Amino acid sequence: MANADCIVLQGGNMAECHPVGFQWVSEAKARGAVVIHVDPRFTRTSAVADKHIPIRAGSDVVLLGAVINHVISNDLWFREYVLAYTNAATLVNPDFRDTEDLHGLFSGFDPETGHYDTSTWAYADPEGGGIDRPGGPDEHGAEQSDRAAGEAHGSGGPSLEHAKVERDETLTDPRTVFQILKKHYARYTPEMVEQLCGISAEDFGYLADAVTRNSGRDRTTCFGYATGWTQHTFGAQFIRTAAILQLLLGNVGRPGGGIMALRGHASIQGSTDIPTLFNLLPGYLPMPSAGRHDTFTDYVNSVGSKKQKGYWADADAYAVSLLKAWWGDKATAENDWCFDYLPRLNGPAGTYQTTVSMLADEVEGYFVLGQNPAVGSANGRQARMAMSHLKWLVVRDLNLIESATWWQDGPEIESGELRTEDIGTEVFFLPAATHVEKAGSFTQTQRLLQWRHKAIDPPGQCQSDLDFFFELGQRIRAKLADSDDPRDRPLLDLTWDYPLDDDGNPDPESVLAEINGRHLTGDKAGQPLSAYTEMRADGSTEGGCWIYTGVYADGINQAARRVPGGGPSPSQSEWGWAWPADRRILYNRASADPDGKPWSKRKSYIWWDAEAGKWVGDDVPDFPVDRAPHSMPDPDLGGPAALTGDDPFIMQADGKGWLYAPSGLVDGPLPTHYEPQESPVANSLYPQQQSPARVMFPREDNLDAPSAGDFGVDVYPYVFTTYRLTEHHTAGGMSRWLPYLSELQPQMFCEVSPQLAAERGLVNDGWATIISPRAAIEAKVLVSERMTPLSINGRTVHQIGLPYHWGVGGTDAIVSGDAANDLMGVTLDPNTQIQESKAGSCDIQPGRRPRGEALLELVREYQQRARVTVETDNIRITDPAREIIDPPPASDPPPPPGADGDEPWGSRW
Amino acid sequence: MGQLSGPTDPAADAHWDINKPRKGFFTDTSICIGCKACEVACKEWNRNPRDGDLELTGMSYDNTVALGASTWRHVAFVEQGHDAIERARESGAALVSLGMPAVRGGGSSETVTAATDTAPPDTPEFRWLMASDVCKHCTHAGCLDVCPTGALFRTEFSTVVVQADVCNGCGTCVAGCPFGVIERRSDGTVEPKTKRGNQNEQQPAAIGANRGGTSAKSAKTQVPNAGIAQKCTLCYDRMVDGQTPACAKTCPTTSIKYGDRADMVAQAKERVAQLHAQGMTEARLYGANDNDGVGGTGSVFLLLDEPEVYGLPPDPRVPTADLPQMFKRAGLAAAGMVAAAALSFVKSSLRGRR
Repeated sequence: MANADCIVLQGGNMAECHPVGFQWVSEAKARGAVVIHVDPRFTRTSAVADKHIPIRAGSDVVLLGAVINHVISNDLWFREYVLAYTNAATLVNPDFRDTEDLHGLFSGFDPETGHYDTSTWAYADPEGGGIDRPGGPDEHGAEQSDRAAGEAHGSGGPSLEHAKVERDETLTDPRTVFQILKKHYARYTPEMVEQLCGISAEDFGYLADAVTRNSGRDRTTCFGYATGWTQHTFGAQFIRTAAILQLLLGNVGRPGGGIMALRGHASIQGSTDIPTLFNLLPGYLPMPSAGRHDTFTDYVNSVGSKKQKGYWADADAYAVSLLKAWWGDKATAENDWCFDYLPRLNGPAGTYQTTVSMLADEVEGYFVLGQNPAVGSANGRQARMAMSHLKWLVVRDLNLIESATWWQDGPEIESGELRTEDIGTEVFFLPAATHVEKAGSFTQTQRLLQWRHKAIDPPGQCQSDLDFFFELGQRIRAKLADSDDPRDRPLLDLTWDYPLDDDGNPDPESVLAEINGRHLTGDKAGQPLSAYTEMRADGSTEGGCWIYTGVYADGINQAARRVPGGGPSPSQSEWGWAWPADRRILYNRASADPDGKPWSKRKSYIWWDAEAGKWVGDDVPDFPVDRAPHSMPDPDLGGPAALTGDDPFIMQADGKGWLYAPSGLVDGPLPTHYEPQESPVANSLYPQQQSPARVMFPREDNLDAPSAGDFGVDVYPYVFTTYRLTEHHTAGGMSRWLPYLSELQPQMFCEVSPQLAAERGLVNDGWATIISPRAAIEAKVLVSERMTPLSINGRTVHQIGLPYHWGVGGTDAIVSGDAANDLMGVTLDPNTQIQESKAGSCDIQPGRRPRGEALLELVREYQQRARVTVETDNIRITDPAREIIDPPPASDPPPPPGADGDEPWGSRW
Repeated sequence: MGQLSGPTDPAADAHWDINKPRKGFFTDTSICIGCKACEVACKEWNRNPRDGDLELTGMSYDNTVALGASTWRHVAFVEQGHDAIERARESGAALVSLGMPAVRGGGSSETVTAATDTAPPDTPEFRWLMASDVCKHCTHAGCLDVCPTGALFRTEFSTVVVQADVCNGCGTCVAGCPFGVIERRSDGTVEPKTKRGNQNEQQPAAIGANRGGTSAKSAKTQVPNAGIAQKCTLCYDRMVDGQTPACAKTCPTTSIKYGDRADMVAQAKERVAQLHAQGMTEARLYGANDNDGVGGTGSVFLLLDEPEVYGLPPDPRVPTADLPQMFKRAGLAAAGMVAAAALSFVKSSLRGRR
């Protein structure tokens, strides 16, 4: 980021939530970079930016789509880069229909399941039809969504059956990606931005100029985002919009370019690389699904085809090495490397599906580690009620957080909905060690692994996660030692043999070594692998996470490197270790032109040294090191060997950056603006109001506020958004128990504009009650010009800001307060199963909230006044009369909607 | 006793014969992100107690309000609209036309690329100022000059430090500081006004003591140095080991810089010139003028508005600066009184003669 000439921070609040990383923005600014902050609120990031542009929460695709339109229609895109390195020239299946043709839907929408059949979105196959995912026609969107397949693309794109695509280098064929893109965004204009985002043409012009002026051969622009983009019903598409723009401007794979995913806390990137998610295995290998991945061959073929380009074609080597790391000698070619020991997914098992299953008494026990669902989950009441259905609950944390004490002092005890004596859940609290009390690695935003040494021993019974799980494994295995039940084999056959220290705890570096992997046979048997390219699918190597291979190269903990300033190289290569292969900038082949020369002296990074016959420069080249710029290998070779000299995107199945995603997303190949689940604003771009493929939970305990055009929209007239403050950590478990942090932000508050304060009679430092269809909470009031009322579609939209750090209950918390997440409803992005917690509808009134039964009465009174039902906002097709379903469903067309617009029809969820 | 006002070398004045360069801070508020890491790092290092009533103040994001006995770094948050920004620009421009920043275009401005926009920026509609305040470690320190016990002393780095074991808590220094920095730590006679604000077990020795099975109740601790005057030591205990003070060490954006005071002043002058070149006439320095009422300060600040806006006195003056004049006037007055007395004798004797 320090190398950027322009930095756009949008969907995030970097200075407040990522203050340490913000040093690079400060450095770029000191060198003369322009910093622009696009956010509903004027935050501490805005305070040090050159420009703050207030935006209505959830309208980012309109703004970025309009910049894309601006770039295409004014011919400001980086032609050489786009032609050579992206899929702009690739032809798409002739059966594809855009939202422009179908008035808000893409082709393939299935009203029965509420998901897309994505096969018409594929690239055109020279043999006719589309290029499928390997192993047959593309997986149905519903199935992909259930396993949140989008998250499997954390280290590269989705697979293709083969990479022989049709291209039109003139970009004139209407079936080219470029023409489809151009048409798709043609109506995303500055006027539309003014209407939907509340951003003036002047501010739009400032942003568009800054970004385009600071892109090209000599200059680069960088984007940074956080959960302001991800936590929407089509959050993945927010990021895709930025990706399209950055590819058009040639800002990917180059110093000062890219899109930075600003991860929320220490090693949250690590927790997706080596995942704590239901749908992933280490290194972004998907968790196998029942019916789809029944054999190991089915599984590895669907992850990466041998006919596609790039390194995902070697998925079999990564998967076999992982299974060898877990089951050692027990994993053999004959038993498919113990593939059948892996559980299979039979449906979505994300946080919110689990919550619903708990409420249905389908879940007996629950481990809560490093999480505080009683405060941090959307629809907090639902989360707490769900836990009261458990037989047992284990909370491992630093303090007695609300998730451990809701049964005695939670909000539902106060309101009388739950009585302690009626709750059958047995709650175990196990104290945890802090980060200074244990050794291990952090993987942060920039994919950098940094090793932490232990400073002090944990006090009392506090234990590190590693020690805890190691001991838990030992105890379970001891209990099962005599079992001959086949279902116990996976546990008993696990390699669970780490070297122990004097206290009987495993050595953390030995785990790192296992993750790195080692040779199992031959001369090098027992030696660490030095790169993932050494992994083999024949069982001769093992490695716990292929993208981390190299972190323990030569038997040295590379993550512990701490040369001040990272050493002499501009890539600071001697500080920590970056996955994959210690590359600091991904896809850095794109930092040179198709001839292999730097695009400019100022932005030189990796280039082709013709004499030496290899790629050289300031970083580890992210490319086959001896592949000459103009080499054109036979595409039938498949894998890395098939990459041409101008295929910089080596993890994409066709080697190109995807402006258009023919596969991998379940809600559309191009980002399209829809309104949030609940929104007082009508979608002026399409008749379709909300994202048609979103995941809904139409339940009495998860009601939504009426959207624009529906009865009752004025009952919850304001938009609210939630966020973090520098002074606290997420749901507060690591900050509200600390005096030095608690004193800095002692009380829950809401932020409102002076205009809204006047409208509702709110007083600075007074109290307010905020009411949504899920809950009512109280907060102190900060009246500030940092909140700007926006003029949207001719009406004033007020936004209310709510930090989400406080909770009710918790033993010995220094500060507590109502939880903002109690106001949130649960509706999810179908790609990732992430909840929409950045935009909701509410009302605000002066004064404190009622207590006890009266609080529930208040929430009910609002619901009745707005005539909210489970159908509100939970209808898939907003306007069946205008929207076209293509191909038409086999059954009879559904009846037209009722007069009030939310009459049930067809499939709603 | 050394000089009482004007530019001088404070360590030499204090009869230190080891010649160490004067140390100080340069706090560049134009790049502060208001993260308050300096406040936290300061309290962590110095084991200072938590402050206040644990209630929102309603003053933007500032909930610790001011420097005090336990808060030695304090970040101010100031929200301003268009008119206030205009006024700041004008007042700053007036200072520039007086020729205040002596240095134009220093070394670091070379790093600014040619593309930097040097035209005066449009006045924004709104801004949010953040500034981390700290003890000024004055050249002529009022607190030190009035301390009757010698508890306050001038270090070899020319900073001013309280010796808690010597201080008797008389509080004379509190009135002696023109910045309102030094304060006596509450000894319990002034209680926080809420029950929550008075939770004893939240004091530093007990942090984390309720983890791992230890009871919070048994970990109650007393506030250290109660009743004693307290303020920033510029991390004297770190400086003697060649370490950077905790606040500067932790600052993620280098808004707080630490080093030889002469370098700090030079950097500050360079930075203000750079901002002026970018049209930000509101930038100005505070404490860098050795001819001010305290002889310049060890902690130098770059501000973006008048000092009062940040809660700083516009023209701080050490009370003892007037001592010579006061002595002179007192002497004059005494002489006058003697003369008057003498005169009255003369007169009365004259009258008596009549």
